[in-house]
Amino acid sequence: MSEFAVEALNIVRTFNDGDVRALDDVTLHVPTGQVFGLLGPNGSGKTTMVRILATILSPSSGSATVAGYDVVKQPNQVRRHIGLAGQNATVDENLTGFENLRMVGLLNHLNKAYVVAKSRQLLDDFGLSDAANRITKTYSGGMRRRLDLAAALVANPPILFLDEPTTGLDPQSRQDLWGIIERLVEGGTTVLLTTQYLDEADRLARQLVVLDHGKIIAQGTSAQLKAQMGATVLVLSFASTDDASRVRTLIADLSDKPANLEGTVIEMTVDNGPAVTADALRRIDGAGIALSGLALREPSLDDVFLNLTGHKAEDPTVEDATPGGRQRRRARA
Amino acid sequence: MNTLPSSASTHSSFRWAISDVLTIARRNLMSLVRIPVAIVFMIIQPIMFVILFRYVFAGVINIPSTSYVNYLIPGILVQTMIFGSVGTAIGLAEDLQKGLIERFRALPMARLAVLAGRTISDMFRNVIVLVIITGVGFLVGFRPGGGFVAYIQASLLMLLFAYCLSWGFAFIGLAAPNSEAAQAITFPIIFPLTFVSSIFVLVSTMPGWLQPFAINQPISQTVVAVRGLMLGDPHGQSTWISLAWAVGAIVVLAPLAVNRYRKVA
Repeated sequence: MSEFAVEALNIVRTFNDGDVRALDDVTLHVPTGQVFGLLGPNGSGKTTMVRILATILSPSSGSATVAGYDVVKQPNQVRRHIGLAGQNATVDENLTGFENLRMVGLLNHLNKAYVVAKSRQLLDDFGLSDAANRITKTYSGGMRRRLDLAAALVANPPILFLDEPTTGLDPQSRQDLWGIIERLVEGGTTVLLTTQYLDEADRLARQLVVLDHGKIIAQGTSAQLKAQMGATVLVLSFASTDDASRVRTLIADLSDKPANLEGTVIEMTVDNGPAVTADALRRIDGAGIALSGLALREPSLDDVFLNLTGHKAEDPTVEDATPGGRQRRRARA
Repeated sequence: MNTLPSSASTHSSFRWAISDVLTIARRNLMSLVRIPVAIVFMIIQPIMFVILFRYVFAGVINIPSTSYVNYLIPGILVQTMIFGSVGTAIGLAEDLQKGLIERFRALPMARLAVLAGRTISDMFRNVIVLVIITGVGFLVGFRPGGGFVAYIQASLLMLLFAYCLSWGFAFIGLAAPNSEAAQAITFPIIFPLTFVSSIFVLVSTMPGWLQPFAINQPISQTVVAVRGLMLGDPHGQSTWISLAWAVGAIVVLAPLAVNRYRKVA
């Protein structure tokens, strides 16, 4: 296998006879043995990309290999090397947890005794052994996601696609799932993770690609993306929104990045934290405005996204653009 | 790098395909075990038809050659099998909606297995329903005189006919946006074929312009064959015509369904 577990070259995918370009010339190089993050809001094309790599959907143009096999010409070879879990792939509600894993194992053409043993072990590992013989309809959201991930792991795939694995989970379940993913990568698995949660990408992914409307708008390590931003974020808060918006105008020229105003709080990414802060304080004082809070912090990926796209990553008004894309499935979330 | 005890070398791909079909069929049948009430829903409708026609409408329907209950029950059985095959559309639409098809498509399994497993498990469900409704028929006075062997032949004919049709419903299930729509789409197809037929009444009592369709359409031909076999009455070439329809249906519909499955995503 090459040094890249997944390589996608100039992938374009259109829907509705070309009206919608879900992916527009996307190239990815996913190195073996680490978490690679595909970050973007709903409708950015993350799921379409995963579906193409998992051989569910074919690209309109471009090519991709997974574990060295072409996704269009050698789909069955690809399928033998991947596991898929996430918002679209799911478990059978009428089967027990154990039966679900056994079914997936048998459909992977694995030896029966191995499948039974591996299913039991995964249920144990993921804290589902007590629920192993309950039908999954009775599972909580977190339990379903863990089972879903376990199903993707029955065949020990070297490459794992996780499509928004923690969307809709409570904080504790997210932490649990993150721990599981980290252990898998320690064991040598390559993970391609899509997420709209920036803290998740920040925590898990060594390398990131940021997608917006089917295009790559940034890539690199999360440290590089942050560095691209300027060193620090200056946070100023005020007693009233009036004060805040006046100050925003006052200090706008102190950075080449826009000052973002939310309620009574201004956030601005700056290159030279201390100097800019001192400057800003002088101007605020000079205008006779009282400051109620001040902080300097590291930029988060939220800031990165805001600066790159002009909108926040968690924009609830945009629905996934995968057309005919079975939006109804998402209705259950 | 994959050191799994996969026994690909000892199994041919054909044997794996069979194994996949059985795994899927078994998974579908498990849902019958888990939700046994589904069978109740499947038999309620035919039982109501039996009661309605056997006791409410029987008085106004005159069948010269035999008692109305003997005329009615073979028709109800065929209708029930057809309705059962509609379940294929609903089952596949649900699998698609819930994301199971997505999971299956990312597995190295035989392409045909999801559809073959579904149609086979639905046929098995039809066998259970057939046995129950046959029992109901006997309870309300059905006394066929065609003999045991012919009765089994008739049962196999309608199961096969419904099985072949279920590939068409598989296509509908994969093409419909959701399971409710899948059910709604099948209705205008099924309704004229089952009611403008010889299931409940003699076609000769229908208006002249309707008769050519009513007698020649595939479900009527199947009913004529099944009824003839069960009652021991002459039924011409209808068995062969029904078989021809069944084979024709699967030859046309199965590739359509498989092609649809390939594209659905």
